[in-house]
Amino acid sequence: MTSINLEPGMNRPLVDNTTDQPGVRQPLVLNMDRFNQVTQQVCQVAEARRTPMAWYICFAVGLGLLGILGFCVLYLIVTGVGVWGLNNPVMWAYDITNFVFWVGIGHAGTLISAILFLFRQKWRTGINRFAEAMTIFAVICAGLFPGIHVGRVWVVYWLFPLPNQMEMWPQFRSPLLWDVFAVGTYFTVSLLFWFTGLVPDLATMRDRAKGKIQQIVYGAFALGWRGSNRHWHRYERAYLLLAALSTPLVLSVHSVVSFDFATSQLPGWHTTIFPPYFVAGAVFSGFAMVVTLAVPAREIFGLKNLITLRHLDNMNKVILVTGCMVGYAYAMEFFIAWYSGAIYEKFAFLNRAFGQYWWAYFIMVSCNVITPQLFWFKALRTSIPIMFILSLFVNVGMWFERFVIIVSSLANDFLPSSWDVFTPTWVDIGTFFGSFGLFMVLFLLFCRFVPMVAIAEVKAIMPQADPHFGEDHDEHHGEEHAHTSQGEATS
Amino acid sequence: MSTLTTKPKKTKVAKPADPNRPHMYGMIAEFETPAQILKAAEKVRAEGYKWWDCCTPFPVHGLDKAMGIRQTILPIIVFFMGMSGTLTAFVLQAFTNATDWSVWAMVWVTGYPYLISGKPLLSTPAFIPVMFELTILFSALTTVGLMFAFNGLPQLYHPLFRSKRFRRASDDRFFVVIEARDPRYFKARTSEFLKSLDPVAIEEVED
Repeated sequence: MTSINLEPGMNRPLVDNTTDQPGVRQPLVLNMDRFNQVTQQVCQVAEARRTPMAWYICFAVGLGLLGILGFCVLYLIVTGVGVWGLNNPVMWAYDITNFVFWVGIGHAGTLISAILFLFRQKWRTGINRFAEAMTIFAVICAGLFPGIHVGRVWVVYWLFPLPNQMEMWPQFRSPLLWDVFAVGTYFTVSLLFWFTGLVPDLATMRDRAKGKIQQIVYGAFALGWRGSNRHWHRYERAYLLLAALSTPLVLSVHSVVSFDFATSQLPGWHTTIFPPYFVAGAVFSGFAMVVTLAVPAREIFGLKNLITLRHLDNMNKVILVTGCMVGYAYAMEFFIAWYSGAIYEKFAFLNRAFGQYWWAYFIMVSCNVITPQLFWFKALRTSIPIMFILSLFVNVGMWFERFVIIVSSLANDFLPSSWDVFTPTWVDIGTFFGSFGLFMVLFLLFCRFVPMVAIAEVKAIMPQADPHFGEDHDEHHGEEHAHTSQGEATS
Repeated sequence: MSTLTTKPKKTKVAKPADPNRPHMYGMIAEFETPAQILKAAEKVRAEGYKWWDCCTPFPVHGLDKAMGIRQTILPIIVFFMGMSGTLTAFVLQAFTNATDWSVWAMVWVTGYPYLISGKPLLSTPAFIPVMFELTILFSALTTVGLMFAFNGLPQLYHPLFRSKRFRRASDDRFFVVIEARDPRYFKARTSEFLKSLDPVAIEEVED
């Protein structure tokens, strides 16, 4: 990016921080000794008068895809769901596949922001802001599909607990309704979490703003934050609470999504392994998406010293672990299908692997189980081009996983007389690729106008932020987390 | 004396009006490192000031203790709001799906007893997911809402924003703020005291 002006010292070659030596804490922020450098570098992206060319190109592509989405959705609404390739046994196909795919993507953001926070993984600060943004935008994309697949979009409010004209309420024993609550809560809580984290950084943007408009807009969203330590105290408490609330929430969301399938009687869906299997898959696909986004973003916006190779290395390790979990789940499904002795169950899984959708199953297994195994090798884990390509493979594989689960189970159920084949129409395909346009447009706007890296949080993990920095003694303070103190009251 | 933004509990100090100091908000002292602000905070507290604060670009470790900030009661309220979410979800589901009662809630609403595949009307296990989700939703909304409310935010204008120097509080500088309404605040004495803390700069801020 041409408008990034790094200070002379910050142009030093980046040290390799991916090695692990006992007793040495590898730096997470490279080539920076002063807090001001963090502010400067992150704010420059949002403050730059000139937007990088790469941004415009991506934005144009995103807008084009968004246009396709808009057209396909409009065509669907004015014509009816018949424009999709759905047929009698296959009543769910691309729509629900896309829904599950996008909700899954979101899970990595919450994992990074909440679970890694509870585990005190300091490296999360470099990537949590845009991973959370990714979550919110992915859930927006996901929410679109159940909304439009109901057929009569104008009565979509029947999803909400409101009585209809016959004084009937939604039926709360249905997992589809649980989904409404789970995804709705997930979106709200993710947004709150993201915004809470943003407030101090928006205050930074406000204080640096040169123009009146920026000052007013950033100022309004910063809510008048002034860094008071009495505020920080409650802020940190609230942040911890949000992390503690989001952790079970994120596990529940994809569990509830899996209930949509698992509570039905259909062979291939009716399995108890679904909730953990779906959650692992969601985290797997989400981390792949974070890598897909982080690799170009750190290049284009010059954030290589904040989103370091160590961050990417760590994420690739998560991809490897969750990829193995997903592979285990695939194997276990087959084992249980055989072990159950149920003929329909056995058939469903043999049909999944060798039936008419064998090619989808083959893509799924090769992308999700085989490709992540390459991440056992550190050289591949720390190679930018390789991780980018592998993350794309995982994204593709995870989409096909949902497609395989949904379509192959529906297409061939109990009675051969009711079997059918699903073939997508151009509207199906257009809507799917169009949803990437929605995601890209939102994400690019975020990159351009909002601090992409959590400035305050990154500063707080720099060694200089420790009040004992530079003192000549060990780094172990016994009283490190002793926050209990008496004195003045706070509400 | 809980926060900067709430009123003092006791009746405040009868201080003679000082014509030389009209409409002053207080005095700020600027520091460069977390270690300095930590030391300064301990001294300000020991000096007996009540209406004072530290403004920092990020939460400094140990500053809560140095300032003597007592633990917030936010988590306790959040717990009870979370429980009310659980209850709300249960009542909502039980009422709408298991009863035929008519209840006045702004308008008359009637439950609809659904008989689905022979399951009991009050099928509590099936109500658990929504109960869980509303617990989280109520808790999270309370957490964020009350955190900002207790902090007195949003408050888009604040006298401290008058100071150009103070803008670095969101960047790389650490400030001690002593408010003029503190009974121990006297321009000369306070600035003398702040100087003894060895700051980079001292500035008086107008209200």
